[in-house]
Amino acid sequence: MIDAGSTAFFSAIGACLDPQIIWLLVSSVPGGLWVSAIPEATQRISGHLGLRVDYTFRFRDVWRHQDLLLEGAVLTLQLSGSAIVFGVLIGVLGAGMKTSQFRQLRWIVEVYVEVIRNTPLLVQLFIVFFGLPSLGIKLDAITAALITLSINLGAYLVEIIRAGVEAIAKSQIEAGLSLGMSRLQLFRYVILFPAVKIIYPAAASQFVLLLIASSVASLVGAVDLFHAGAFIESRTFRSLEAYLVITAIYLVMALFFRAAFAGIYHVVFVRR
Amino acid sequence: MRELVTGDFIWLLFAARWTLGLTVVAIVGGSLIGVIIMVLRVVPLAPARAVAIAYINVFQGTPVLGQLLIIFFGIPILTGANVSPWAAAIVSFSLYAGAYLGEIWRGSVQAIPKTQWEASASIGLSTMEQLRYVIVPQAFRISIPPTIGFWVHLVKDTSLASILGFIELTRAAQIMNAATFRPMTVFLTIASIYFVICFVLTRLSARLEGRLRVAR
Repeated sequence: MIDAGSTAFFSAIGACLDPQIIWLLVSSVPGGLWVSAIPEATQRISGHLGLRVDYTFRFRDVWRHQDLLLEGAVLTLQLSGSAIVFGVLIGVLGAGMKTSQFRQLRWIVEVYVEVIRNTPLLVQLFIVFFGLPSLGIKLDAITAALITLSINLGAYLVEIIRAGVEAIAKSQIEAGLSLGMSRLQLFRYVILFPAVKIIYPAAASQFVLLLIASSVASLVGAVDLFHAGAFIESRTFRSLEAYLVITAIYLVMALFFRAAFAGIYHVVFVRR
Repeated sequence: MRELVTGDFIWLLFAARWTLGLTVVAIVGGSLIGVIIMVLRVVPLAPARAVAIAYINVFQGTPVLGQLLIIFFGIPILTGANVSPWAAAIVSFSLYAGAYLGEIWRGSVQAIPKTQWEASASIGLSTMEQLRYVIVPQAFRISIPPTIGFWVHLVKDTSLASILGFIELTRAAQIMNAATFRPMTVFLTIASIYFVICFVLTRLSARLEGRLRVAR
C-alpha cells in the first residue's frame, strides 16, 4: 500500500528527528549551541530540585512504524472529509428547515442544534457506538464515528449557514429583480455567492476543528491516526515519542488545511 | 453483571462534581495563562508576539487527547516527578484554556476603537490610567459572552480526561456501563447532566450578549 517513494520520504524525516543528527544540525547554525544546551540545562535544574532525569528520546522506534502512521493519517483525512460532506448537507438542510413556515420543523432543528452543541462529542460517540446496538443497530467503529462527526458538525453549520443567508439584505434581492434577473441568476449572483462568502471563513475553521476532533474516533477502536499512536506506544513503550509524533502530524495537517482554506478564500472571493 | 439501581444515578450525578471541579480549576489556571498570552500577543515586540502565536497555534491545532497524553507521559520523563491523572489533566486543560482565552481577550481589547485610546490620552491619562479607566472596562464587557461560550467547550472537553483514567462524568459512566451493561441508559444519563450544565451557561452567554447589544 505504501510505495517506495513515500517510505524514503518518511525515513528521511525519521532520520532528521534523530537526536544526534538534530544536535549536529542545531550546533551548525550560529547560536545553535545555546539551543542544544537546553536539555542539559533542564537536567541540571531538575538535578538541583532533587529530581533524577536520565531519558534519551528515541524517535527512531516510532518512525519505524511509518506505514501505520501514513495509513492512520489517510483514514483520518477520509473520515473527516466524508464527515464534512455529510455535515454540510445536514447544515444546509437544517438551515432551510429553520426558515420554514412550519413551527414544528423549526422546533425540531432548534432542539437538534441545542442538544448536540451542549453535549460532549465523546459522549455522543459512545451513545452511537455502544448505545445503538441495544436497539438492534450495530455499527462498526468507523461508521459510528462518521455518523457522530457528521451530526456534530451539522449542528454547528446550521447556525453558521442560517446567519450567512440572513445577512443578505432583502433590498439586494429586490434590486436584482428590478434589474430583470431571472430566478436562477438571482440565486446564483445575489444570494448564493455572497452568502457563501460570509459563511466560508467560519465553516472552514469548523472543518479544521473537526479534523482535530476526529481523533476521538480512536477511543471506540477506529484505526485512525491517533489509534496508530496508541498502537505504536503499546509496541515500543515509547509513549512520549509516539504521542509527540502523532500530535505533531495533526498540527501539520491543521496548519496546512487552515492555510489552504485561506488560500482558496483569497482566490475565489478576494481577487475578483 | 448487575441491575441499574437508583443509587447508581445518584453516583453518576455526584461524579459530575469532578467534571465541574476540573473545569473550574482549568478556568482559573487558563485565565492566568490567558492574560500572559494576551499581553505577549499585543506588545510591540515581534519575538514576544511570535511566541504567543506559536503557543496558540499549537494548542488550537492539536487534539486535546494528544495534549493530555503528552503532559501525562512527558512531565515524569522531563522532570522525574510523578504526576497523577488529576494533576496532568489540570495542567493540560489550563494550557489549552490559556490559548483560547488569550485569543478571545486579545480580540476584545483590539475591538475597542483607537479613538478611545486617543480620547483618553488627550485628557491627560497615562497609559496605565487609560487601561484602568477606559479600555479594560469596555473590553471586559465585550469579552464576557465569548468567555462563557468557551467555558461550555471546556466542560465538554473535560470528558476527554477519561482517557487518563481520571474519574469524571464520562469515566464514571464507562465504569457504570461495564458493571451493568446498560450503555444507552448510562450514556444518555450523563449526556443529560452535561446538557444541563452547558445549556445553563449557553443561555447565560446569550442573555449577556443581548444585554450588551442594548447597552451600546
